[in-house]
Amino acid sequence: MKITTEMVDYISALARLQVDEGEKEAVTAELERIVSYMDRLNELDTNEIEALSHVFPIKNIMRPDKIAPSFSRELLLQNSPGGDEEAFLVPKAVD
Amino acid sequence: MTWETVIGLETHVELATKTKIFCSCTTEFGGAPNTHCCPVCTGMPGTLPVLNEKVLEFAVKTGLALDGNITRHCKFDRKNYFYPDLPKAYQISQLYLPIVRDGKVSIRLESGTEKLIRIHELHMEEDAGKLVHDPWLDQTRCDYNRCGVPLIEIVTEPDFRSAEEVIAYLEKLRSILQYLGVSDCKMQEGSLRCDVNLSVRPAGSVEFGTRTEMKNLNSFKAITKAIAYESRRQIELIEEGKRVIQETRRWDDNKDATFAMRSKENAQDYRYFPEPDIPPLEISDVYLEEIRTQLPEMAEEKLIRYQAEYDLPLYDAQILTGQKALADFFEACVAQGVDAKQAANWIMGQVLGQLSAKGMDAKDMVLAPSTLVRLITLIKDGKLNRNTAVKVFEAIFDTNADVDEYIMSHGLEQVNDPGALAAAVKKVFDVNPQSIEDFKAGKEKAFGFLVGQVMREMKGKADPQAVNRAVREKLNF
Repeated sequence: MKITTEMVDYISALARLQVDEGEKEAVTAELERIVSYMDRLNELDTNEIEALSHVFPIKNIMRPDKIAPSFSRELLLQNSPGGDEEAFLVPKAVD
Repeated sequence: MTWETVIGLETHVELATKTKIFCSCTTEFGGAPNTHCCPVCTGMPGTLPVLNEKVLEFAVKTGLALDGNITRHCKFDRKNYFYPDLPKAYQISQLYLPIVRDGKVSIRLESGTEKLIRIHELHMEEDAGKLVHDPWLDQTRCDYNRCGVPLIEIVTEPDFRSAEEVIAYLEKLRSILQYLGVSDCKMQEGSLRCDVNLSVRPAGSVEFGTRTEMKNLNSFKAITKAIAYESRRQIELIEEGKRVIQETRRWDDNKDATFAMRSKENAQDYRYFPEPDIPPLEISDVYLEEIRTQLPEMAEEKLIRYQAEYDLPLYDAQILTGQKALADFFEACVAQGVDAKQAANWIMGQVLGQLSAKGMDAKDMVLAPSTLVRLITLIKDGKLNRNTAVKVFEAIFDTNADVDEYIMSHGLEQVNDPGALAAAVKKVFDVNPQSIEDFKAGKEKAFGFLVGQVMREMKGKADPQAVNRAVREKLNF
């Protein structure tokens, strides 16, 4: 699959990544290498192989529905770049 | 040209678990902002979400009740989007292998016809936080108490043709969920939310028109109004030769109209991929059987049983089974030995009357079944007349105060004293000779007047039938 600079623009916009003009060519080539590896994988016949949905052979990992104390709000909000004593604050983001 | 409206629904239901879907924080509604949070539900790096087993149980239960196929090998997927209501920048949801597929719900319409609504799928996911815009700071405040509350999203096929069908379906769905005990379904608290996908097409056409999705529908009334508005808007567009644009629209309850939401560029590209933090689920036969045996008696089964076992009319059975809390209340009364029809009459009359007057849900009722049972028993034993019983009922409805104590302290017990009654009758007849003449002259109204006067003389505490009898005897008829 051919990766174009338009695709890089689209994907970086979705991922909120800033890719400078100077980097674009290198990123495009790198993405192309990754995607062409997928093309190589696609050459394999996997018809007889069961789809893998997790890399570890584990399943049904669950916890009981039992309340544990929540974190202290003060402690949680320390991780917010902007905030007051009650809430995380972010730039205006309401539709 | 006649037009047909085609509707499909996506309903989000908050599950009544104690804790969130992937962490042990409480799901309790409300609370000061960000006090029901931990590193997992605020999306701190390096945390590991672990699925709440009750969420799977509730989803499977609902799937079985909707007659769906349970996906035996099931997994979660990561839905990526940047919006601060989800601090992880993705929602853990299910796209490729939802827990339930191909269910159905049968609805009954006012015309009496039944219609089958097909369920496309049901999947598990986490709820998002609440954003409040602060106009002073021109910033958005994020409260993550709701973030991570478990949801099931139930998606129908585009099988609805009218608002009536949509409401009938939602009422049925709500009843099923409440009977299962998997959600309290409080629309005003957002635990049952509904997005309406709607398109129009010329009647008889097989192809679907372009649809819009409506959000922010917080009541059955809003849904009904929004469907009428949006159908009309789309029909007018097409009749003017314009096109309907596929978009998300927001219902504004104050303006009674839908408005296009600012389309976030590429918002539909969620780049789903398998969720690596949550290992897959294998649903065994044993597990499925265990859940199946836990399924409670549902409204439809109760409807049949109430008519057969208690000899109730269909109408009564429908009302009582309409809300699980009412059915439970009724059954508790009957279990305590009162006559089923008596209990049904009180519930349909007084209980529902009080609930609607107070704008309350049956499940929030304080009054205990034993209290109603006591009132009914007192009437039956001739210790309380019905009118007084209704007054007592209304007085203690909010407090569930002790019936006998209330009657004692207010001096309301029925007086079954033949001497006192005879004295009252005599007194009334002595001072109302005209009424007696009137009655003898054929004025039947005079009889009622005399009975009323005697009752008044007895301060309302006499047995109405005994008063009737006494007055009748005195008049010799």
